[in-house]
Amino acid sequence: MPNSPFTAGIAPGRLPADEIARNFTDLHPPMDAHEAHVAADRCYFCHDAPCTIACPTEIDIPLFIRQIATGTPEAAAKTIFEANILGGMCARVCPTEELCEEACVRMTAEGKPVEIGRLQRHATDTLMARQGHPFERAAPTGKRIAVVGAGPAGLSCAHRLAWHGHDVTLYEAREKPGGLNEYGIAAYKSTEDFAAREAAWVMGIGGIELVQGRRLGDTLDLEALRHEFDAVFLGVGLGGVNALAAEGEQREGVLNAVDFISELRQAADLGALPVGRNVVVIGGGMTAIDAAIQSRLLGADQVTVAYRRGRDRMGASRYEQDLAASHGVRFLFNAQPKAIHDGAIELALTEEVDGALRATGETVSLPADQVFKAIGQTLTTDGGLELMGGKIAVDRSMKTSLANVWAGGDCASGGDDLTVTAVAQGRDAAEDIHRTLAG
Amino acid sequence: MADLTSEFVGIRSPNPFWLASAPPTDKEYNVRRAFEAGWGGVVWKTLGAEGPPVVNVNGPRYGVVYGADRRVLGINNIELITDRPLETNLEEMARVKADYPDRALIASIMVPCEEAAWKAILPRVAETNADGIELNFGCPHGMSERGMGSAVGQVPEYIEMVTRWCKQYYDRPVIVKLTPNITDIRKPAAAARNGGADAVSLINTINSITSVDLDNFAPMPTIDGKGSHGGYCGPAVKPIALSMVSEIARAEATRGMPISGIGGITTWRDAAEFMALGCGNVQVCTAAMTYGFRIVQEMMSGLSQWMDEKGYRSTADFVGRAVPNVTDWQYLNLNYVTKARIDQDLCIKCGRCYAACEDTSHQAIAMGEGRVFEVIDAECVACNLCVDVCPVEDCITMERLAPGTVDPRTGRVVQDEYANWTTHPNNPMATAAE
Repeated sequence: MPNSPFTAGIAPGRLPADEIARNFTDLHPPMDAHEAHVAADRCYFCHDAPCTIACPTEIDIPLFIRQIATGTPEAAAKTIFEANILGGMCARVCPTEELCEEACVRMTAEGKPVEIGRLQRHATDTLMARQGHPFERAAPTGKRIAVVGAGPAGLSCAHRLAWHGHDVTLYEAREKPGGLNEYGIAAYKSTEDFAAREAAWVMGIGGIELVQGRRLGDTLDLEALRHEFDAVFLGVGLGGVNALAAEGEQREGVLNAVDFISELRQAADLGALPVGRNVVVIGGGMTAIDAAIQSRLLGADQVTVAYRRGRDRMGASRYEQDLAASHGVRFLFNAQPKAIHDGAIELALTEEVDGALRATGETVSLPADQVFKAIGQTLTTDGGLELMGGKIAVDRSMKTSLANVWAGGDCASGGDDLTVTAVAQGRDAAEDIHRTLAG
Repeated sequence: MADLTSEFVGIRSPNPFWLASAPPTDKEYNVRRAFEAGWGGVVWKTLGAEGPPVVNVNGPRYGVVYGADRRVLGINNIELITDRPLETNLEEMARVKADYPDRALIASIMVPCEEAAWKAILPRVAETNADGIELNFGCPHGMSERGMGSAVGQVPEYIEMVTRWCKQYYDRPVIVKLTPNITDIRKPAAAARNGGADAVSLINTINSITSVDLDNFAPMPTIDGKGSHGGYCGPAVKPIALSMVSEIARAEATRGMPISGIGGITTWRDAAEFMALGCGNVQVCTAAMTYGFRIVQEMMSGLSQWMDEKGYRSTADFVGRAVPNVTDWQYLNLNYVTKARIDQDLCIKCGRCYAACEDTSHQAIAMGEGRVFEVIDAECVACNLCVDVCPVEDCITMERLAPGTVDPRTGRVVQDEYANWTTHPNNPMATAAE
């Protein structure tokens, strides 16, 4: 008898293969040309547009939408890529409801923004479907730069440097470039191997040599890089996962949510990926939401996100919370793990008083075959750099405490753990490196 | 409840909405559908002289101009008059009129500028029991190359001559349809009146090329790589039509002459505007071609609701009421001083008013902290551009400065009394105020 959502314990193939395949198709299907025209016509071409101000990469949104409206989505894509070379992925994963679309004046006018994210995807998909890379490199400068980490920050930085004519060596510890785009984002946001295709397309500008299997603090030494290269950019992300500090954390069935998502993203057959009948995700950010929804999509019967504070403190946007709820994910607020038992988790209820969290003394117990930890990630190596709040300290130009070393993305201070922020920081670091090297 | 019944030059119809002579009125089948849908009258597609009918192109006949979301703003056409035998049309007209005696049925006619041609066709038309005729002096394409349509409408003497023949050989109302492809619309209208016309109808279509195919470098619509100008109609031409209607309504030589309004009428409101400028009824084509005949239901209900709200019992109560308010620029009150006012509660902060004023007007809007847009009275000339580009209705309005207050732009006290250019000190031709 095949497995079902009610099969006890942790089991693969809880749903028929075709249902799983359907579950993991595009969250927001791409717009066709007509749909894009209708949507683009709603843009008011605002002066000093609030959407552009809200975008961490400051894409000229009214311009690209007007370019779509006038039948040139390719020109629109160039407008996007000039500001954000990972505009394709950002169109899929940006929390637009908290950025450009929240700022859209149509929200004030009628509570329904211009669909900026989907329009951006329409434009970028159109151009990326064409052969070749849209930008040409400047004349060679003879400068060599090491970019460590091929995630959003590293790819963005490497591309901008290559564009300016520098030669880039891009180091990546994992098998594929892309960072969290490849390993850490819900599968239904990056279908059809988009992260890998995008990384290859970005590097298509030329002048970027990808060197895989090299990890900072392990097979890469920052001091050696500083000697070998004219400049170094660190976009290494956060490799560690915070511990729960709960009894039974070492039990089988307790996993890092990022590892679960990474395994899911790389799985050749989602039907072979085991998931619990009862899943509890600990955390309140996007990783928690992505792990919870995908558990449901694989066929988990009961999925609960337990967050230690109230709903308003959750890192995941209300839109993402509602998306999870619509997939049958349950939310338990003001509950933090106390102990993990065989097939169950015990949670202590909490309350927040004057910003301080304290246990009320009550506990609840939930059935749990699988517990995913999604309570934040940590820097695994500091490379001897000054830190700030557990991350590499950087100034506004993304300079670290060491000369000729820049950093950006999740590993650097000041960001907000978004792909789009990482892209902005990688780009801005590249511009500062370019200025510095030009003397 | 408002009475929509219309009587135009003695022709009665249950409402003032007629279909204009055009593709929708080419056949019995279409006209029956129109009457079933509720249209008050129909001007049948233009009849030509006896003999082999005209032929149409076999490629596209229409070109289009779109607004947002492919909304049709204007259509041009290169279709000619009816390409069906005269006899067929006359038989169908007689049948339809017999079956719909309460509806207006008008025959549109275009035959060569020869008395014999008109003398020959008019008795045939009379036999159909049509309520009247409309002389097509308007079509600007194809037929005009053969000395008909707008080729006649552009020569007032011809209009007068042909109208006179029609009044001589036909005893029911004669409506003269005017071409807008002329400098001064009052001249052909006066010629029609001099010839004895009962009414004029306007506007016919405007010479136009709707677009150019940038792959083939050919005007649209394109026939085998070539294009010809067509006649433009639809919402885009309404302002031109309204102006021409008003000119005829207020000119001394044509004042009081019945007018059937045509030109981009799409909604009940458009119809009411034409009627306010002096049209006894209206004719519609493009809106029906875009949406189908059922739109007349909205036109009837909308006009009826508005008349009820205003207390008008019949259309005669408001026809022409806007005519006295159309004047020449020189008589506009220069002491009427207004300033733009932005309602901060309605403002959605798009900044279009700011961009328009800052880039293209008088730098009279300030953009403050938090995207607050405010009018600088000392710079505002009251041009209204901000009102026009604002996407929110009534968010920006023009407010009159009370007499006695100082206009911060000019530093002058706003005067209460009316004063226009004719008496303005800057006018070298100024005449002393009476």
